[in-house]
Amino acid sequence: MPKLTIDGKEIEVPAGTTIIQAADKLGITIPRYCYHEALPVSGNCRICMVEVEKMPKLQIACYTPVAEGMVVKTTSPKVIDVRKVVLGYLLVNHPLDCPVCDQAGECKLQDYYMEHGQYDSALNDVKVKKEKKAISLGPTVMLDQERCILCTRCVRFTDNISKTHEFGVFDRGDHSQLDLYPGKELNNNYSGNVVDICPVGALTDKDFRFKCRVWYLDKTKSVCPGCSTGCNITVEWDKSRPHRQKKDRVMRLKPRLNPNVNAYWMCDTGRYNYHFIDQNRIVAPQLKNDLISWPQAIDTVVNAVKAVKDPNRIGVIASAQLTNEDLFAVRKLFKDNLKVSNVDFRVPEQPGKSDDFLLKADRNPNTAGASAILAPNDGTTQAIIEKAKKGELDVLYVFGQDLVKLYGKETVAQIRKSTKMFVYQGSNINDTCSYAHLNLPSAVYAEKDGTFTNFQNRVQRISPAFMPLGEAKGDWEILSLLSEKIGPAFPYRKSQDVFKAVTEAVAPFAEMTYEKIADQGLVLRT
Amino acid sequence: MERVTSRHFGQENSHRLENYLKDKGYEGARKALTSMTPAVIIDELKRSYLRGLGGAGFATGMKWGFIPKDNPKPKYLVVNGDEGEPGTFKDKYILEQDPHALLEGIIITCYTIGSHKAYVYIRGEYLKSITRLQSAIDEAYKNNFLGKEIMGTSFDLDVVIHQGAGAYICGEETALLESLEGKKGFPRLKPPFPAVNGLFNCPTVINNVETLACVAPIILNGSEWFFKLGYMNQGGNRLFCVSGHVNKPGVYELPNGTTLREIIYTHAGGIRNGRTLKAVIPGGISAPILTPDQLDVKMDFDSLKALGSMAGSGGIIVMDDTTDMVWAAMVAARFFAHESCGQCSPCREGSGWVYRNIKRIYHGEGRPGDLKNLPGIINNIGGNTICAFGDAVTMSIGSYVSKFRSEFENKIKSEYAKTNH
Repeated sequence: MPKLTIDGKEIEVPAGTTIIQAADKLGITIPRYCYHEALPVSGNCRICMVEVEKMPKLQIACYTPVAEGMVVKTTSPKVIDVRKVVLGYLLVNHPLDCPVCDQAGECKLQDYYMEHGQYDSALNDVKVKKEKKAISLGPTVMLDQERCILCTRCVRFTDNISKTHEFGVFDRGDHSQLDLYPGKELNNNYSGNVVDICPVGALTDKDFRFKCRVWYLDKTKSVCPGCSTGCNITVEWDKSRPHRQKKDRVMRLKPRLNPNVNAYWMCDTGRYNYHFIDQNRIVAPQLKNDLISWPQAIDTVVNAVKAVKDPNRIGVIASAQLTNEDLFAVRKLFKDNLKVSNVDFRVPEQPGKSDDFLLKADRNPNTAGASAILAPNDGTTQAIIEKAKKGELDVLYVFGQDLVKLYGKETVAQIRKSTKMFVYQGSNINDTCSYAHLNLPSAVYAEKDGTFTNFQNRVQRISPAFMPLGEAKGDWEILSLLSEKIGPAFPYRKSQDVFKAVTEAVAPFAEMTYEKIADQGLVLRT
Repeated sequence: MERVTSRHFGQENSHRLENYLKDKGYEGARKALTSMTPAVIIDELKRSYLRGLGGAGFATGMKWGFIPKDNPKPKYLVVNGDEGEPGTFKDKYILEQDPHALLEGIIITCYTIGSHKAYVYIRGEYLKSITRLQSAIDEAYKNNFLGKEIMGTSFDLDVVIHQGAGAYICGEETALLESLEGKKGFPRLKPPFPAVNGLFNCPTVINNVETLACVAPIILNGSEWFFKLGYMNQGGNRLFCVSGHVNKPGVYELPNGTTLREIIYTHAGGIRNGRTLKAVIPGGISAPILTPDQLDVKMDFDSLKALGSMAGSGGIIVMDDTTDMVWAAMVAARFFAHESCGQCSPCREGSGWVYRNIKRIYHGEGRPGDLKNLPGIINNIGGNTICAFGDAVTMSIGSYVSKFRSEFENKIKSEYAKTNH
């Protein structure tokens, strides 16, 4: 393995590593536009040029392989000068419309200009005009050709990652333009990623356009709840701006690097699946037509449960949308303490579309966790539904499952009649709510601390971006309140306590901790 | 003086096989294929000091020697007949007047590097060159100079013509390969060099038309003969293309090392209308421009390099004292701005910026600060790009501004005075 020195720091890396990769390992960030770790090298932007001893010309760090004894300088006067020079060329025909550009604040032209440019303009000539400004490329992405620096990241993404081949660079010289091939539309389930990798404001997201300046965004690490892949994401939200859109908190989701799961990417199905966080929420406990307080709601459930003599007359329909912690609380309260056997989470859901990349047909983020923790008997929720219909259940407790969608109105109307207490605990209003006797508002994933277990059995952390909306509470916290009255009371104060109990009670989770799961997850023991 | 590559020019039906065969046609190829090993041929080429006449002047024998012998992939010869360098029209003459000379060179080269397929990439506008070469190829196939077991040996060879589509950058060898593969003509990152990983990711030699036309005569007459024709480290003659303000523009085959003065005044008939020479481009538009005091330079790769210019493609463009050098610079800059492939940011944005800046000066809208900024805008392109195009912009346009700075200054001053008095 060649050993080299970058800015005085020594490092040994495998042969074939490029200078920019070795520098990244050392924590030395060489500026880049066209280079992206996940894409083939193009070498066109020239901002990453560095000085290599014994080489007469500056070399592009993204393409030059390391060699034994190589001495690289990334901050020498020559290097600093060339960054200035390259920026100068890149900005010559750039419209400098930062005040109206969504990318402002996370734009590499701005960032590098502040770091390395800071020259007075030498431009006395007219800029090249390009035809397409604010042109829709498809359902999700807008193009501005004048802002484009032709780094071809999007071209290489659609050629090599999504393999959908929509983009090309047309014409030559400073009249080159990024565009779609004739007759094409950018409409694949990974379109949104080209906005992420665009280092400038050439490709912007229709969903995010003009909604919020990026410097107002807070960012919380999370996991996409949209399918069983569990792509690592960042929930980007804003609570502080008075003029924000419809008082929505979440402005956008962005993929977060996890080489074992989603790498740098996420699908559009997941990316735009966040409006439910702020819209159409259940915000207060409701008994039939009356809004009630939490203590009243808890008493209502407790009384109903206590009135049942035979635990077989209680049914629980959990959900693979719940976290491992929530599911463990379900198990603890109903299965372990109340000895309820009618507990399941498996519903006859129509599988969604899937592809051979990230999107899975199972649209639940925690099926693997639910199976491990609830270890349900043979059969499905169908059996519980049948019992409820026949009047064999006094209490039916449903977590987040839209029974109307799954089993039809008639069935659910029948259940309302035949059960004494039909509890719906969920985050969003759906058709089932109006049939439930009691609705309990629960938190969405972005309001929860906890873990999901993806299809690879990888346990991954989600963190609360903000407090639950209205009076909503986390699912396990609600069950904890019930446990205080039903007894024995849960000894948990925070999600981490619940998770510790999971690791002690459920063998595949043994010895895991939130610290060990960290950013990248841990795989269940088999 | 003995003519080599132009020896058949002007003869009746010079492009026909019949005519070519009269003068030891295909005897060089026969000699190579029947009595010489590839190693011996490469050695012969090295001793001939034949250098790449497309413009880079790389030693041809050495280039062939780079083809790896243990690589099981097919090898290719690609002939660069894109000839887009303004001021250059020599390959066109060979293709039209003596296409069999090229084909014979192709046969010997392919035999040497172990290639069974050669692609000839010809500039799209050269329709006559294409039809002439195609007829020659047809004749050669008919007479067993191409195809299976050529000339009774066990060697097979196919030659295919590919017509370019009008981009100057496709004369850059790796852009040419991309174009030949059906892609946009973008120069490739190097290494790997084509000898290792070229056309279709296979070992590839890329030679210029004129270079290959020298090969058969070298094999036939020996390397020493060829070396002695030339000067210093460059064997043979060169086809110089003289254009511009001379009395007799045209293609002249002359020994390397002939002075520029001799070419212009003795062979090309001197400056038109008895005027005086103001500037001359010695090797195609990419070569830095020369002034009258530099006319005694010997026209070979090394001498011109020592003078800070280059022999390039052999395209000599002569400008007399009526030439407005700001205009000349603008025309050159317009060419570069139009032909930059647009891959690397400095060249893509810089070549257009340089053109618009000089155009503005030419049109009387120059400002006093222009000459402070312009050299930087020009110089920072070179050395910062994937291919040599960026260097060409810097070297060539830079030479107009540095050598004729006073013309730029005067233009700015006088026009600025007119509008801003």
